[in-house]
Amino acid sequence: MAHLLLDFTLPLRAFDLELSLSVERTVALVGPSGAGKTSVLRVAAGLAEPSRGGVTFGDEVWTGLPPERRRVGFVFQDYALFPHLSVRANVAYAGPVGDLLDRFHIAELADARPGELSGGERQRVALARALARGPDVLLLDEPLAALDAHTKSQVRGELSELLRGLGLPTLLVTHDYEDAAALADEVGVLVDGRLRQLASPAELVARPADAFVASFTGANLLRGTAHPSGELTEVRLDGGERVFSTDPGKGAVGVVVYPWEVSIARAHEDDSALNVLRGEIGSIVEIGNRVRVRIGPVTAEVTSSSAARLGLASGGVAYATFKATGTRLVPL
Amino acid sequence: MIRRALLAALVFAGAFVALAFLALPLIAIFARVPPGRLAAQLSNPLVTNALVVSLKTSVIAQALILVFGTPAAYVLASRRFLGRAFLVTLVELPLVVPPAVAGIGLLAAFGRFGLLHTSVPFTQTAVVLAVAFVASPLYVRQAIVAFEAVDPNLVAASRTLGAGPVKTFFRVVLPLARGGLAAGEALAFARGLGEFGATIMFAGSLPKVTQTLPLAVYAAFDVDFDVALAIGALLVLVSLALLLTLKWLTSSSTSRFRFALSTSS
Repeated sequence: MAHLLLDFTLPLRAFDLELSLSVERTVALVGPSGAGKTSVLRVAAGLAEPSRGGVTFGDEVWTGLPPERRRVGFVFQDYALFPHLSVRANVAYAGPVGDLLDRFHIAELADARPGELSGGERQRVALARALARGPDVLLLDEPLAALDAHTKSQVRGELSELLRGLGLPTLLVTHDYEDAAALADEVGVLVDGRLRQLASPAELVARPADAFVASFTGANLLRGTAHPSGELTEVRLDGGERVFSTDPGKGAVGVVVYPWEVSIARAHEDDSALNVLRGEIGSIVEIGNRVRVRIGPVTAEVTSSSAARLGLASGGVAYATFKATGTRLVPL
Repeated sequence: MIRRALLAALVFAGAFVALAFLALPLIAIFARVPPGRLAAQLSNPLVTNALVVSLKTSVIAQALILVFGTPAAYVLASRRFLGRAFLVTLVELPLVVPPAVAGIGLLAAFGRFGLLHTSVPFTQTAVVLAVAFVASPLYVRQAIVAFEAVDPNLVAASRTLGAGPVKTFFRVVLPLARGGLAAGEALAFARGLGEFGATIMFAGSLPKVTQTLPLAVYAAFDVDFDVALAIGALLVLVSLALLLTLKWLTSSSTSRFRFALSTSS
């Protein structure tokens, strides 16, 4: 299977987008809005011409080719379905319809106009249309952003299965790290036109390159000053508390702790292997069978049953505890 | 209480005067020409000749406007380049130039002693040029708005789906801009049909050659007021039909365009 290779510079209004990226399976670019994510897709599709470098697919040079001569399937953020054409005509616009309407469960909608469809249905039409072209590469711009929360989890599962089944080099961009982790083999964090880190979702969580990557992947980020303390590193947090980490570090650091590594206690347990932060209980949010609890500066994620056992109520006081081994340090 | 009633009465009186003033001349035309006489005048050679000249020159002029104005509008709507604002203003200029000045300008450009030294003046071609000159801005201006309203993502989507610029234009851009283009063309047609000033200066008023319906109204006016009225009635009916078409086009769901016309009837 040929790779899609991107290596280019594209001047944007606020900064230069500079990227070097090889897409073999599914790569997700995540980042805040305005980071240049969509521009990466536009360069890959030939909708924007970079000032340096370009795009190759396998041994074909795509740089300078117009979009219609690159075999890409582009799914736009708002799906960009042709409003004046029926679902069938939208798909047929790109190539033979074949069994695409059946595969995407839109056969009954064949004669409907895009304006009559739900968000999930539109997404399926957009995917079917992109595939009708027989593309070698898939480009997906925020494929789940236009969907409501209820539809989203189902569509995410379907899309993940589809991408696995197609086996095409796929580049997708999203502002949602969870979507990226669910859909992609590799996730790249793009900030201000630069790739901060590119790694598997597990690796990003285990070893975030910097504070932004850590907080973007959902970690708690606490600021403090580090100095070595025996085998461990001691960090005095800006709030005054002291925590320990097995990571080396010195000077201004970010302390990174993922919510699922934080436990909650009602009483202070004296255990030197544990970091303990005392705080007021803020928000308590249930997500499925888990509960996210805000304690002082830290968010903890625990099972519903343990939350019930602790009898947590917002306004009360609790202790957030986490191991020194689960505490990562990143430079600030 | 009394003051408020008085104010309301004044507002209604003002509205009544304005509406009556606008409607009265049109009503008067039909009041003076019973339908029977109107039909009879349609066989008057002065009327039939002018009708033929008007329709022929209008159709040719509008065809020219569509063929040349559409690509011009598309370029102005889809490209950003130095001098674009200047060109858009240039396109709109004939809208505000008095028709008599347009006629003089056309003579200065195409006259025997003009810039291009042609023998166009006082021929039917001159009528076509005069109509095209005064009417095209209405179409081109509207067409620019219509093209600008087409979502650039749809154009981009078409390209990534394998369609070149030509297929994209005819299958995506043109169908989506159609409502706005048709509305602009209806306005241009109406303006062209009523063209008087530039035509009489640049093409004259020769029966069967350059005498259009508005020029025939003027010619008949000295001789037989009833004939002038009959032609007037004919023009009112054609204009009304165009206006209704325009309203229908702008209120149809596929169109997002608004004109200085009230569509909330």
